[in-house]
Amino acid sequence: MTAPLLEIQTITAGYGAAPVLHEITLSVPPRTIVAVLGANGAGKTTLLRTVSGLLRPTSGAVRLAEEDLARVPVEHRVRRGMAHVPEGRGVVAELTVDENLRLGGLFRTDRRDARRALAEVYTLFEPLARRRGHAGHQLSGGERQMLAIGRALVGRPRLLLLDEPSLGLAPRVTAQLMGLLARLRDDTGLAVLLVEQNVRSALSVADRGVVMSLGRVVREADAALLRDDDALRHAYLGF
Amino acid sequence: MDRIVFLTVDGLSRGAVYAAMALALVLIWRGARIVNFAQGAMAVAAAYAGHSVTAATGSFWLGFLAALAAGLALGWLVERLVMRHVGHDRPLNAVIVALGLVLLITAVLGIVYGNEFRPAPPAFDRTAGFAGLSPYDIFVFLSVAVTVGALAVLFTRTKAGLRLRASAFAPEVSRLLGVNVGGMLLLGWVLAAGVGALAGMLIIPTEFGLHPNAMDRSFVVAFTAAVVGGLDSPLGAVIGGLAVGLVLSFVGGYLGDQVTPLAIIVLLLAVLLIRPDGLFAARAARRI
Ligand SMILES: Nc1ncnc2c1ncn2[C@@H]1O[C@H](COP(=O)(O)OP(=O)(O)OP(=O)(O)O)[C@@H](O)[C@H]1O
Ligand SMILES: [Mg+2]
Repeated sequence: MTAPLLEIQTITAGYGAAPVLHEITLSVPPRTIVAVLGANGAGKTTLLRTVSGLLRPTSGAVRLAEEDLARVPVEHRVRRGMAHVPEGRGVVAELTVDENLRLGGLFRTDRRDARRALAEVYTLFEPLARRRGHAGHQLSGGERQMLAIGRALVGRPRLLLLDEPSLGLAPRVTAQLMGLLARLRDDTGLAVLLVEQNVRSALSVADRGVVMSLGRVVREADAALLRDDDALRHAYLGF
Repeated sequence: MDRIVFLTVDGLSRGAVYAAMALALVLIWRGARIVNFAQGAMAVAAAYAGHSVTAATGSFWLGFLAALAAGLALGWLVERLVMRHVGHDRPLNAVIVALGLVLLITAVLGIVYGNEFRPAPPAFDRTAGFAGLSPYDIFVFLSVAVTVGALAVLFTRTKAGLRLRASAFAPEVSRLLGVNVGGMLLLGWVLAAGVGALAGMLIIPTEFGLHPNAMDRSFVVAFTAAVVGGLDSPLGAVIGGLAVGLVLSFVGGYLGDQVTPLAIIVLLLAVLLIRPDGLFAARAARRI
């Protein structure tokens, strides 16, 4: 067992007085996709926001490669290799495709590799290359999803936090996306914390699965086990 | 005929200054969603600082540069000490704080420099020459053109400009991508205050001289220009400034100066009624 890249240790977090997350503990090793599943309002988005620092936990710790991130501000976490693609994707509508992508590499000191990463993203997502000069708000939902993920990849992250990337995508595009994640994991050692409503797709590529309910982890197991666990699917995932 | 040329040149020359001031308002509005009602007062404070330096050194241009530097520094101070701590969830707070700042700056200037007008000589001759242009008009056009051009290059061609735009449009996403959004906000205030100070240095010598309230009227006009152009649009600010300058020049020239305040209000109301987002507002880009 390799040392985990991301460690979430008994974090409690929320937006006001009442916590939304209750003592969540989970970890993501390198070269691993961990799917986070759960019904609407289970706290999946809140979990990712706490990991990337948009939300401060009231207790507990988030560690990346053994470094405690409590004192690392949001804008420095990307420099440590963490990329968060937020729910609703966060494409900057007023900027062009090219500007959005370059934004993803601005923090990097290795300019040459940032340019190379940008070119790779254009090869990876061919429709983006054809729409370089288009504004973000002119893109289709699928193209926006490519742009948001591509922009994260320009930063060459070690850990990718994805919040419902399949939302609004055609099944075929979702399958391609999952295939891409698996490839990045295998080729580059990328670790992914993948929040999904689309349980089937998520478990098709994930190595591990975590089921959340009402702000708690109620089940954590190998993805293959969760795939076949009918009782669990009925109880928490509703199908 | 001569009169038309004169009114056109004078209108464009003042309009250029209003354009610069409107641009400064737009810079802050885009970055912070605050209408900086204190911009005029800040520019006057910067002009007084320049006045002091000129008095001490005898050099007009040293004073001019000092005023610009003071403008930048004031932008820094106002953002760091005041605006940063105003809750952005309640837009009215920022308005009240900005208005309070106007009172504060005006009062302090009154105490330090007194409330009488001080002469503010123009840098160049203001008598019209070729094509109705005075050397001072040319100086105004060049200064504003260079400033607007430099800002345009900064915002559209540089990494800092990309960061500035991204933080203005999507602060949270920008932070996730490693942009120091707080720093960009500060930079926006500093740039805007610098542009505001330049506008003050250009327009004060064409009016009654230096006085703690010297920019009050110009600020209202520039605010109108910014609203006409659309508070979100830098291009709109520039065109709005020139247009408002022309309108005021012709209204003043043909109907009398006492009518111009009325013309400003009518223009403002007309735009707010017909196109509340301004003539150049980007439509609906955010609403997706
Ligand atoms: N900004 C907020 N302010 C207050 N409460 C919030 C906020 N965002 C989410 N919540 C609450 O926190 C709980 C968890 O929300 P969260 O967005 O994390 O759920 P989720 O699992 O991502 O749901 P979904 O699948 O619908 O995206 C919900 O009860 C929600 O009402
Ligand atoms: Mg969610």
